Amino acid sequence: MSSAPILLKCTDLRKAFPKPDGGELLVLDGMNLELEEGQIVGLLGRSGSGKSTLLRLIAGLAEPSAGRISYLGQPIFGPAAGIAMVFQSFALFPWLTVYENVAIGLEAQRMPKAEIRKRSLAAIDLIGLDGFESAYPRELSGGMRQRVGFARALVVHPNILLMDEPFSALDVLTAETLRTDFLDLWSEGRMPIKGVILVTHNIEEAILMCDRILVFGSNPGRILSEIKVGLPQPRNRLDPSFRELVERIYVEMTARPTGTAAVGRQERFPGLGIGSILPQVSPNSQAGLLEAVAAPPFNGNADLPKIGSDLQMEIDELFPVAETLQMMRFAELEGGDLKLTDDGKAFAQADLDERKRIFMRHLLAYVPLAAHIRRVLDERASHSARKSRFVDELEDFMSEADAENTLRAVVQWGRYAEAFAYNDANEIFNLENPT
Amino acid sequence: MSEVATRRFGPFGFLRDLASRWDLAAFVVVIGLIAFLGEAARGLFVPLSQLEVTPMSLDPSHLPEYAARTTLRMLAALGVSLIFTLTYATWAAKSERAGKLLVPILDILQSVPILGFISVTYVFFMSLAPGRVLGAEFGAIFAIFTSQAWNMAFSFYQSLRTIPTELSEAAESFRLSPWMRFWQLEVPFGLPALVWNMMMSMSGGWFFVVASESISVGRTTVVLPGVGSYIALAIEKRNLAAIGWAIATMLLVILIYDQLLFRPLVAWVDRFRVEQEPGAREPQSWALTMMRRSRLIQAAKLAFHAAVLWTSRAVKRSDPPPPDAVGPKRRSDLLWVSLVGAAVALGIWHLVAGVIAGTSLPEALHVCGLALITMLRVFILIALASLIWVPIGVWVGLRPRVAQIVQPVAQFMAAFPANLLFPIAIYGIVVWRLKPDIWLSPLMILGTQWYILFNVIAGAAALPAELRYATASFGIKGWLWWRKVALPGVLPYYVTGAITASGGSWNAAQVAELVTWGHTKVEAKGLGSYIANAATAGSFHRIVLGVGIMSLFVVALNRLFWRPLYYYAERKYRLT
Repeated sequence: MSSAPILLKCTDLRKAFPKPDGGELLVLDGMNLELEEGQIVGLLGRSGSGKSTLLRLIAGLAEPSAGRISYLGQPIFGPAAGIAMVFQSFALFPWLTVYENVAIGLEAQRMPKAEIRKRSLAAIDLIGLDGFESAYPRELSGGMRQRVGFARALVVHPNILLMDEPFSALDVLTAETLRTDFLDLWSEGRMPIKGVILVTHNIEEAILMCDRILVFGSNPGRILSEIKVGLPQPRNRLDPSFRELVERIYVEMTARPTGTAAVGRQERFPGLGIGSILPQVSPNSQAGLLEAVAAPPFNGNADLPKIGSDLQMEIDELFPVAETLQMMRFAELEGGDLKLTDDGKAFAQADLDERKRIFMRHLLAYVPLAAHIRRVLDERASHSARKSRFVDELEDFMSEADAENTLRAVVQWGRYAEAFAYNDANEIFNLENPT
Repeated sequence: MSEVATRRFGPFGFLRDLASRWDLAAFVVVIGLIAFLGEAARGLFVPLSQLEVTPMSLDPSHLPEYAARTTLRMLAALGVSLIFTLTYATWAAKSERAGKLLVPILDILQSVPILGFISVTYVFFMSLAPGRVLGAEFGAIFAIFTSQAWNMAFSFYQSLRTIPTELSEAAESFRLSPWMRFWQLEVPFGLPALVWNMMMSMSGGWFFVVASESISVGRTTVVLPGVGSYIALAIEKRNLAAIGWAIATMLLVILIYDQLLFRPLVAWVDRFRVEQEPGAREPQSWALTMMRRSRLIQAAKLAFHAAVLWTSRAVKRSDPPPPDAVGPKRRSDLLWVSLVGAAVALGIWHLVAGVIAGTSLPEALHVCGLALITMLRVFILIALASLIWVPIGVWVGLRPRVAQIVQPVAQFMAAFPANLLFPIAIYGIVVWRLKPDIWLSPLMILGTQWYILFNVIAGAAALPAELRYATASFGIKGWLWWRKVALPGVLPYYVTGAITASGGSWNAAQVAELVTWGHTKVEAKGLGSYIANAATAGSFHRIVLGVGIMSLFVVALNRLFWRPLYYYAERKYRLT
């Protein structure tokens, strides 16, 4: 183990939001993290895994429900002076020029004017924004805007730089350039920072940049595993050991939750009841992925990293679809592979009407909420039921927003399968076919 | 200007419920305050008789001076409204506790037809400086303020509540002090919406400034030199030529205001917009370009910027204490609730003492009947104006070149104080002996119909080109096209315009239902003329009763009719 000083330490962090019914929604649990000097630590996970929440706790923008965060040995209440943040959508003030945007953090510290000027210009220079000082953010491309975001964070000379998916709003080429520039500055020690925490949902980005990667699981957010990246910089995506790490992380992320960990949790997919949150994945996306996996070269069994890069889907897009297929028993997801079931293969070959029949069978068999709605409609003489009835039932298990989204998903699937109909104008489920 | 018209803001803020306890409390507090002012004014009435009267002249050569004074009043009121906006809205947005009451109060105030109440506010302000014109000036400025401030405050409140999370987090993470945060984040973010609402306010403001410069309070007539009092004198003297001069002057004044104040402002605040969709044409202003190049303006700008930075340095950020201070919060909650309770009790007491004790049930019922008549008028007029302007607006909106010409004209017409045009209509009614109950009614909508027009134009212009190509390629035309494409497409815009038009018409009723031409009085039966008569007679019970019932009607109409319609249109027909 290295003996570098510890910049930041999180102990047993927990974050929960109160629900209207008095219960609480747990978003982050049992979180332990240490950041040593000279390290880039990556928080890798899908949206909803609590990685951004953790970053905000560290930034002092939110308070943990339990646990401790200490920065250089001192507990944190509110934003600390030595921690600065780079935002996903840049968060620049559109009414300030590049220079003013960079200087604002120093203005807030009430530093002498000359010093502000010197440091701001130095940061602008360092990050490659020379000549853009008097431009407004609107005049800049996305990449240049994010450079301002970096300069603004670096100018306050933070010890720790927090980055919240800083490259995900940029196009592939720009992101690559910016990443490389950042890594160059970092490895040459030209930035005044001592440690970095990077939130990302891009597996390759995490491996390219980080010394350690914490893989997050969802509901509630928790660390599934920690992966050390020992590869020397600069790293090569095509390097076999790089690919091996990619494969390994995919496997970690598709691992079935162990029995003990899942006890008492609203797990998102396997073995679900009425109260599980359904993903917003349209039948068309499901069909699309089924077809892609069924076709050569995969022929029914696809390696996730491979099909992800073939379809140009990041894990944030790929995983929800793959997991929906698993939930519908159209495919098995394990060990970083997606393998079609017999019905999955049949679906991929079938025509539209046959697809609808297969989808209907699986929907009613494996999505308890859909089966429940259908049963209620069948039992009633009027064959209709108000939406609010199901919302109320769902809200015993999940937040209002999740209940709304879950119903939206099931309506979409039910309509595709022609299992039931829904009228949005009066918010009533029924069994009618449109006239 | 068409850019501006397409940028819309919900007219109701965040209030979506039908009514809550807080709404009720707000209503009682506002009407109670009005009753209190009415009561107070009655006691202060005497010293006004010796008010020095400034002699007015109908000579057109005085008009520039009168116009300048009218404009100054307008600017002063705008300044007061701005200060009110920055404080009241900030308080409402920052303190959850205060916001619960302050926001409904704003909503009620927006619905109070303050025009009929001007005489009362005059008396109140003049009592502060008895026998001086200054008091009357304050009264006028206050009256204009009441026509401008509420929607400005609402828009700023809305902005404060919708600051993008990341910007707010950035400010927090870079440890900006609350003062710095206010000037560097909150004010700039709220500016575009605020400027747009200021422009809307100005339209109402011109109407008020004209109406408030010549006011009869009982036996006294207060005259403040200005375009409004000039036209009042012209009416008294039955001088059509002078009225023509006044109208021409006002047109010029509004044009100058628009070119020198609002165009530059609109072009300037474009920089403060957070959403930066490409393709939208930047608003242009020759005046702004000039000002940007002027050294004087540059110096002023730098000075302001330095002041913001300097004060930011002076006000230190205090880091939040470790969270364990729960006790004092409970206590201050309790204090707040009891304060609100006291205000509500006071409101009820003034209502009972000031209005209910001074009037009878039959009188109140009679006033409700009059309100129904005025309501009928407003609805018929809105329907008629819609029949005319919706087709025209759609036609214009679909033709960008025509819209470029018509849209600024429509917005200009909305800003023009319609009451200046009343004398012409009255002249017609008197000369041809027309029936006032019918022929006075169009005056109510004379100034407000333009909101329907320019909103519909904006709506039609916003119809996506692809949608229009699609309808053309499927051969959808005629009535089917109107029913399935044009009308649903512009509905959300139309509703916004109709809401503004309806609100303005209620207010205008108070000057449109009772008009004079020399010594001839023309009156239409309705709540507006009731209030106007009460004001002329200096009968404060009846003013408060009339204004209170009108507020009740406007609030109820908004809650039961316009608001549901607005959200329905937004949800179902919004194209985004």
